[in-house]
Amino acid sequence: MPHDHHDHLSPSGHPYRPDNDTVLTYWQQMEIAIRELLIEKQIVTAAQIAGQIADMDARSPADGAAVVARAWTDPAFLERLRADGSAATREMGFDIGPMKLIAVENTETLHNVVVCTLCSCYPRNLLGLPPDWYKSRAYRSRTVREPRSVLAEFGVTLPDTVEVRVHDSTADMRYVVIPARPAGTEGLDEAALANLVTRDSMIGTGLARSLRP
Amino acid sequence: MGMQQVAEFVSSQTVRVRTDIPPGHVRTPYYLRGKTGVIERTLGPFPNPEDLAYGVPAQPLQLLRVRFAMQEVWGHAAERPNDTIEAEIYAHWLETVT
Repeated sequence: MPHDHHDHLSPSGHPYRPDNDTVLTYWQQMEIAIRELLIEKQIVTAAQIAGQIADMDARSPADGAAVVARAWTDPAFLERLRADGSAATREMGFDIGPMKLIAVENTETLHNVVVCTLCSCYPRNLLGLPPDWYKSRAYRSRTVREPRSVLAEFGVTLPDTVEVRVHDSTADMRYVVIPARPAGTEGLDEAALANLVTRDSMIGTGLARSLRP
Repeated sequence: MGMQQVAEFVSSQTVRVRTDIPPGHVRTPYYLRGKTGVIERTLGPFPNPEDLAYGVPAQPLQLLRVRFAMQEVWGHAAERPNDTIEAEIYAHWLETVT
């Protein structure tokens, strides 16, 4: 149905995204100029830049889930993770670059949640890129002021006996939450446990999945 | 900017965040200024981001994870007074509370 009054909608009924025909912004031009200069002056190669992008795209919450599952099953590893999150994560073979990681544990009386009010600091080198909402003004401003309301909107309603602890990653450290291990998972191996660990449970806006009955 | 004398802090110490509102790149959240908390752990030294942002030599500074009670930060508006918030604050933003 071309050119009728519905032509701004795709067959799915949603509007088409406008074509990206605007001129580059100042900062986009600056990024391209610096990248081209770095290549031209042989400080980095184009292949190295592409490689870094590929490495970042390959990181995902599955990496963090493996760390959590190890912490649930190996008390000595949990101790090392508490003492030095970066070293323990590297020990599992994850390339987290220079990231300085702190792992915070949920217990029966404590629930941790992570936010960056100043920008969008996130443990990208372990969990990959953050969800869009993590960078939203609403999440960043509300989580420090009314975390229980925010958590409830994510489906996490906590009793008054549980302390909520918000971690505002304002500077050099990055945070990953070790969610509480679900009940009834004693017989599961590490790989099966890792399947229960969601991205949101490592931000603190979710809990680890329960076992399906 | 520039090198300055900065106090050394230790874990469990009670501290207050300075109330200054300086211009430029600052990584101390506004909502924590003037608030009192307890040092959860000491970190660093890390180069002062207020210098790094402008490409000038950056002073290595202690970085402190400070724990605040929600009641201290938001007063009566706190959802649950004993919930807590922790943030990383550079040493030059903290003063000792006696």
